Amino acid sequence: MAQTGLGKAPAKNDSLVRLLGVTKMYKQPDNYDIRVLDDINLDIQPGEFIALLGPSGSGKSTLLRIITGLAEPSYGTVLYRGRPIEGANPHAAMVFQSFALYPWLTVQQNVELGLVAKGVDPDVRKQRAIELIDLIGLNGYEDAFPKELSGGMRQRVGFARALAVDPELLCMDEPFSALDFLTAENLRSELLDLWLESRIPTRAILMVTHGIEEAVFMADRIIVLSKNPARVVADLPNLLPFPRNRKSPEFVQMVDQVYKIVTGWDDEEEDQQAIAQAQPVMAGTDQGQPAERPRLKPIPYGHISMLSGLLELVQDRGGHDDLYRLGAELFLEVDDLLPVTETAELFNLAEVSEGDLFITDLGQSFVEGDVNDRKSLIRDQLLDIPIFRIIQRVLTTKANHAMNKEFFTDILEEHFSIAEAERQLTTAINWGRFADLFHYDTDTEQLYLDEDQTEEQPAPVSHES
Amino acid sequence: MADSRERPGVGLADLLVGASILALISIVIAWATHAHPYTAESGRISLVWWRLPLDAAYSWLRMAAAYALSLVFTLVYAYVAAFNRRAERILIPLLDILQSIPVLSFLPVVLLAFIALFPGSRIGVNLAAIILIFTGQVWNMVFAVYHGFITIPRDLKESALSLNLSPWQRFRTMELPYAMVGLVWNSMMSWAGGWFFLMACEMFSLGNHAYQLQGLGSYLQTAANQGRWSAELAGLFTLVLLIVLMDQLIWRPLLAWADKFKMEMVESADRPRSTVLRVLRRSLILEWMGKRIWVPLTEWSDRLFSRTLPRMREQPAVVSITGLIRWLITAAVVVIIVTALEGAVRLLSHLSGGQIGLVFLATMATLSRVLVALLISVIWTVPVGVFIGLNRRWAARLTPVTQIAASVPATALFPGLVAILIHMHGGLNTASVLLMVLGTQWYILFNVIAGASAIPEDLREATRMFRLSRMKTWTTLILPAIAPFLITGLITAAGGAWNASIVAEYVSFHNHVYTAFGVGSIIAKSSQTKGFTVLLTATGMLALTVVLINRLIWRRLYDKATERYSVS
Repeated sequence: MAQTGLGKAPAKNDSLVRLLGVTKMYKQPDNYDIRVLDDINLDIQPGEFIALLGPSGSGKSTLLRIITGLAEPSYGTVLYRGRPIEGANPHAAMVFQSFALYPWLTVQQNVELGLVAKGVDPDVRKQRAIELIDLIGLNGYEDAFPKELSGGMRQRVGFARALAVDPELLCMDEPFSALDFLTAENLRSELLDLWLESRIPTRAILMVTHGIEEAVFMADRIIVLSKNPARVVADLPNLLPFPRNRKSPEFVQMVDQVYKIVTGWDDEEEDQQAIAQAQPVMAGTDQGQPAERPRLKPIPYGHISMLSGLLELVQDRGGHDDLYRLGAELFLEVDDLLPVTETAELFNLAEVSEGDLFITDLGQSFVEGDVNDRKSLIRDQLLDIPIFRIIQRVLTTKANHAMNKEFFTDILEEHFSIAEAERQLTTAINWGRFADLFHYDTDTEQLYLDEDQTEEQPAPVSHES
Repeated sequence: MADSRERPGVGLADLLVGASILALISIVIAWATHAHPYTAESGRISLVWWRLPLDAAYSWLRMAAAYALSLVFTLVYAYVAAFNRRAERILIPLLDILQSIPVLSFLPVVLLAFIALFPGSRIGVNLAAIILIFTGQVWNMVFAVYHGFITIPRDLKESALSLNLSPWQRFRTMELPYAMVGLVWNSMMSWAGGWFFLMACEMFSLGNHAYQLQGLGSYLQTAANQGRWSAELAGLFTLVLLIVLMDQLIWRPLLAWADKFKMEMVESADRPRSTVLRVLRRSLILEWMGKRIWVPLTEWSDRLFSRTLPRMREQPAVVSITGLIRWLITAAVVVIIVTALEGAVRLLSHLSGGQIGLVFLATMATLSRVLVALLISVIWTVPVGVFIGLNRRWAARLTPVTQIAASVPATALFPGLVAILIHMHGGLNTASVLLMVLGTQWYILFNVIAGASAIPEDLREATRMFRLSRMKTWTTLILPAIAPFLITGLITAAGGAWNASIVAEYVSFHNHVYTAFGVGSIIAKSSQTKGFTVLLTATGMLALTVVLINRLIWRRLYDKATERYSVS
């Protein structure tokens, strides 16, 4: 039990999986492709338990699917034991967030499935499945159907099914995030025991997660991905001895360190990009230059109501607070919290540095203002954001002050995937409605200005912030 | 019917598909014309009561044969459409058009073609009946299975891939089970629709030739013709008995069994149950057969197909061979379509403007009958359906009654209806509209009931709280809430009404032919007189009208209604 995972690691040259310059692009209708993964290089050694951390939409699940051979990279190679993989890797098995059990098969049949695919003799595979069902503590449930089981038991079946084929590489896509807290905790320690005591033949585990605590609790190597597109921004070993104690100062320190990396990676680089890109977008639309097509920076999907709540809470605590603690208190994973803090940063209401959230002066006047003050404050901020400047300009210049939603979706689709463009516009419409910047009619799918709004905003003069 | 991925309107694929269908019809017509002069196939139908079980068995066998054919076709077609992107682009618009064409308009043509193929024997008429039932029942099954195939959750597909299941194993453990609920429901609907066509096919007269097949349909028709009402009632009773037996012994157990294929993770409270299924599940013989026959069979099929079917990744050599085959197939299809189109053009070149005008007027006449029938159905079904849907106590009492009433195919009642109405003024006109109402009202009724019972209780309470008047309640809550359901019902009902029009407009009774002016009677008359130019025009115009109405009106209405008024 007291061994660390890293102790098992042999020499570097016989890595289990090696990613060389893996890049994934999603084709867009106009050939202006979206880059999801950018030049990922990674070595997975036998004996490693790796946690892959990153904000939602960072392409970590895509990376996992490329490693297992379920998806193909656009560029780059995945080597398994030195050989490029073709199709689904038979030495890898996958555990899904949604369990992905077949509801019409019993527990036993679900577990046997991988062995059926291998053409194992019925008697042998039955025996093997029973052993595994015992191992994961589901004996007695062999003939039950998944819908008769609780969530935790279903994921146990998911583990048994993956382990039945004796995989060398066990891939897990947020395996605990659909479970309630206690069940997840229980399952985590059991899996960790199986792994540390080498009761399963698995040589390496790769777990995609957005839970920082979970990563620090289980993994002995943590890889942090950025987003838009995903790059490896940190690759750090986690040498805390097992069994790990969440209350120990070392553990808390480690979590805090990872938190800083996850929340702080974008501070300088992305802001510069945003400034560099926001200008040419406007210039491009002004003068109609098709040659340069700078990226529009995506807006985070923060709800204004959550934003208000968070800022009020932090203001009550003296204007700054630790993000990790806030998340834990509010039962929000970093994934849920980040869009809100990013929104706050985008509106210049708060700043994040070193894993702490600081309320700015503007943020303070936001908290102190009433609903109408808040609306006008947000309205000023929105006019600094490219998407809103485009919307505002189009609506004010058009004679009838109305424009179809598709017009804006089309613009956004040049910068984002179709689904992402839709989400971006939905968020933009929500914010715009809140700030009374424009109206949206769901029936006609049109954005429009009413009389007050057209008078109020004669021209989208850029706002100094 | 309304695939959300499809946009309303007519696309290039539709034109292509429409041209191929026109070509296909003209091939069949050419085949029918070049054959030997056919001899009418008329056996004498005996009305002795003890022949009834035998007649029922014959009819049932025809249905079973058509269903078996449909099942095989469904699985192959849906699989190819779902998993071959290139094929999907042609197969799905094709399917959409085929399912909206009134099948019975092909009855005379197909009948003649098959009689020509098997001159002087009963096989031709039998095959024609089976093919027509098949074309009447297969499309919704294909749509359901295709829809099932393409909506398999990504996680399930990925888990199958990561477990390295072979294509055959994926089919039997994932794809088919996932589509199973839709397949069973639609099989049930298809059987119900099949009875409708069977009744019409078993006894069809063209001029003074009567093509009879021994079966319940011809029994009913003969009884009505001879005015033997006791025999007519006995025949109807046998038919209802057969349908109820099918329901109890086959469909209910199948539905209860298919419940385990629902992709739900919480067991619903009111799941279908069947005593028959429970007995079967507990039987030792079946368990033994499962262990000794089913398991070895799946093992054997896994091994067989893993050897014969290509693996996921094709080798370059295989690719080039399949590429070659694909080219050959494409070339052959192009050649066939071109020759057939040429034939169609040659047939149509004889066409005069007057004929086109006549066919057009006839289509409009039939269209107005269809609309009147739909209107009548809506007028009585909406209030009744809403009443049943909103009152659970009544629903429990009335549902079995309406189900049995709905199970009687309208075409079975038609001969009796004609016998009663034929001598009245405008008799056949009334009879044909009534036939359409009989055939279509149930679709609307059941959809309205479903829509009304899906209205959330809190919305109804809110209308009571605000003391909305009865009128206001209808306009603000009930009508909007049932709108998507009503339109679904209307789409299906309109399809049924068009089909009924073909049978209804041309009737032979007491050796005398009665007609009502319409596209159905033109089709029947022209196939009898070998006026193939008119036949092709009429069939084509009918298909075009129905497809256009579906595309331009029904689907738009449906999209609008589901978007605006869905209560969820």
